[in-house]
Amino acid sequence: MEQFDIIVIGGGPAGLAAAIAAYDAGVHSILVLEREDRLGGILNQCIHNGFGLHTFGEELTGPEYAQRYIDRLMERNIAYRCGAAVLHISPEKTVTAVSRADGLMTLQANAVILAMGCRERSRGALNIPGYRPAGIYSAGTAQRLVNINGLMPGKRVVILGSGDIGLIMARRLTLEGAKVEVVAELMPYSGGLKRNIVQCLDDFGIPLKLSHTVVQIEGKERVSGVVIAQVDTHGKPIAGTEEHYDCDTLLLSCGLIPENELSRALGVTLSPVTNGPVVTEQLQTSVPGVFAAGNVLHVHDLVDFVSQEAASAGRAAAAYVAGGCIKTPDAGVAIMLGSGVRYSVPATVDPTRVTDNLTIRFRVGSVMKNRRVCLYLNDTPVLRRKRPVMAPGEMEQLVLTEAMLQESAPVKTIRIEIEEAGA
Amino acid sequence: MYDVVIIGAGVTGCAVARELSRYQLRACVLERCEDVCCGTSKANSAIVHAGFDAKHGSKMAELNVRGSRLMPEFCRELDVPYRRNGSLVVCMDEADLPKLHELYENGLKNGVEQLEIIGAETLRTLEPNISLNAVGALYAPTGGIVCPFTLTIALAENAYANGVAFRFNTEVAALHRENGLWHIQTNRGEVVSRCVVNAAGVYADTLHNLVSETKLHITPRRGEYMLLDRTAGAHVSHTVFQLPGKLGKGVLVSPTIHGNLIVGPTAEDISDREGTDTTASGLHELAEKAQLAVSGLPLRQVITSFAGLRAHEDGHEFVLGEADGAPGFFDCAGIESPGLSASPAIGQFTAKLLREKLNLAEKPDFIATRDGIPDPKSLSPDEYRALIARQPAYGQIVCRCEQVTEGEILDAIRRPLGAKSVDGVKRRTRAGMGRCQAGFCSVRVMELLSRELGISMDAVTKCGGDSRYITGKLKEG
Repeated sequence: MEQFDIIVIGGGPAGLAAAIAAYDAGVHSILVLEREDRLGGILNQCIHNGFGLHTFGEELTGPEYAQRYIDRLMERNIAYRCGAAVLHISPEKTVTAVSRADGLMTLQANAVILAMGCRERSRGALNIPGYRPAGIYSAGTAQRLVNINGLMPGKRVVILGSGDIGLIMARRLTLEGAKVEVVAELMPYSGGLKRNIVQCLDDFGIPLKLSHTVVQIEGKERVSGVVIAQVDTHGKPIAGTEEHYDCDTLLLSCGLIPENELSRALGVTLSPVTNGPVVTEQLQTSVPGVFAAGNVLHVHDLVDFVSQEAASAGRAAAAYVAGGCIKTPDAGVAIMLGSGVRYSVPATVDPTRVTDNLTIRFRVGSVMKNRRVCLYLNDTPVLRRKRPVMAPGEMEQLVLTEAMLQESAPVKTIRIEIEEAGA
Repeated sequence: MYDVVIIGAGVTGCAVARELSRYQLRACVLERCEDVCCGTSKANSAIVHAGFDAKHGSKMAELNVRGSRLMPEFCRELDVPYRRNGSLVVCMDEADLPKLHELYENGLKNGVEQLEIIGAETLRTLEPNISLNAVGALYAPTGGIVCPFTLTIALAENAYANGVAFRFNTEVAALHRENGLWHIQTNRGEVVSRCVVNAAGVYADTLHNLVSETKLHITPRRGEYMLLDRTAGAHVSHTVFQLPGKLGKGVLVSPTIHGNLIVGPTAEDISDREGTDTTASGLHELAEKAQLAVSGLPLRQVITSFAGLRAHEDGHEFVLGEADGAPGFFDCAGIESPGLSASPAIGQFTAKLLREKLNLAEKPDFIATRDGIPDPKSLSPDEYRALIARQPAYGQIVCRCEQVTEGEILDAIRRPLGAKSVDGVKRRTRAGMGRCQAGFCSVRVMELLSRELGISMDAVTKCGGDSRYITGKLKEG
């Protein structure tokens, strides 16, 4: 059986950054397994720019951003296998994978980093009634057709959901000559980044209808039209508000779901809120030696933060392999979430193990204005940050420093609160 | 000229074709869609009824029980996934217990084996997630689950291997009898045959009424379903029915042979014979009714919903045999539930009538078995390694959710009566049937179809006809 110190499941932005950071932390026996035939993950089809502002201080396209990490991987001679789908991971960290080139592989790791990314919510999961014709695509599928295959999925388009990929595709399809009729969003706020609303919809005169959903799909062979309707505060369509749109295409951009089928089979505890693993400050899951980062952990807005998070997971996995004090994922102190905070990553912090700045990422459950985000240790505020606007579509973060923890030692409670900013 | 033309390549038509292919004859199946299994056969509960439900003395009861008995051997011969998981008819009200006993008695008379009335306690041992309101159940260990796609496809492939011709995209417009021969007008010219089998599903009455003065009337009865992710597949292990009401069998909750959980169907009589759209009210009704018998249903795990049409004949009976005033025209009409369960028996019954009518002799070289597409998941590690060594495409996962390899997809396209569309690949391999619903693999499957069939990407369809995915290329330059 082939042995590696660390096996990274996934060669997208998270997997690449994790492998590179683990290498730089001194572990050189690493294998990256990528199911597609090239490294880079979903970035390969994201040919728009805007990636890397935080990391590189410039705007890169998705493939360019990925290439910078692929180059770093190559410089370090880190092993990787493409076209290699992982079928199973055991709690003993035996990884079963298959590829055309290598056949059925049984690999043994000391530590595993989960970096499988996420998938798009499908029409079926949304329970949209109607026929099942051709012409219904998730936004990412349409993006692949356009950007990888050079093919148009439709000419007249209605988009359901205002997730970032849908917004990007509204612009992309418009630039390629399609007519995007409308973007309907079930929630009273957009699911995507503000900058994408402006640059992809407003700049092209594409209407965004909040609190609207698709209530009927027409067309038996190919989509011929959809009906959208306004919804009430419970998300139920309001009779009499139906509007018919002639179109040949319905794109869905209604949320991303971390792909944790391998994690579940492995026995990793998952959060019902994020659909990702519950992790400690080391980004270690409930299974010792199994770490997670990127969209498999929780869905991110910006790839820069995926890379940062994955680098932390890579360093933690390297430390685990080196046999530091983190052999077991002790619960530590659970981060308590105040009203309006949906989740936090990590979910728990062991103050004695934080030796550097710890970034806590979270999302809020609704649009909030004029607030401040507060971090309490032992009920004492240690951090307050003004936030004029917060939205579910934009990830929040707080940096907990080692100094804060030391000043409050022994830390018994950690709490995130959202408070009125006041005068 | 043919000895027998079968109209309709659903499970009934294909079962008749397969049974007829035992004999020396020229036979042909006409199908208006681009593939087999495109109508009622692809959208149903995917279960094999034990046979206690159909009214004693009816053809439906007789053939259901016989079909249920034949099914294991059929599925072994034809390499079709099938399992006897047992079924439960759950009674939610003490006052209804007499009806449960009636059902039990009816089942005994029908000849269903091992039937048993069980109390609430035994019921909960068998199904821990059953509703606390359940007071008892009828337990039928012979109830089963089957893959209706594979069953239909396997019957067709086996019939084809034994010499039956198939013509797709061929829709029958009219037919008449002349000089003892049937002349069948289709959109692709005339076909002449000594005998005709009418297995046209929701259109069987239309065909029948063209040739017989004894009229039939079929109502498309829409049944909507929800399919849940494999993570919910073990929520129940038996097929759980509620005591039947006026409109069909109520809402059942059952594991599928592939490990999903299926909930359905509704029962709504409609006029559109193509009305396979789901409705908000139907899906809502499913969610409500399913939870009556089963507790804690994880309905958030729904991955898709769909609707099928049952060919409900006014007398709620299978209409089989030679039609009045139409010698050589054999009906397989009104094949609604338990039609899938009865299909092996309907095939045998109808083939026997034709054998007698046409004096058919058995084929000495009949091939009784059919090999399915190799499924790497069913292989041992060593067997799987050997398969990849022979055919490396089996090492390439295309559909990540259902772990379907390129090798399986190529086999599905290349084999006789192979897939010609993305849905055709899906029904043969399950690629695209998982939780992402083809979000990741559909383009890969389109690429493989394009390459293998020698057609451009914009000619690839979801399910034939005008169901194209691509509307053009990107702007140049």
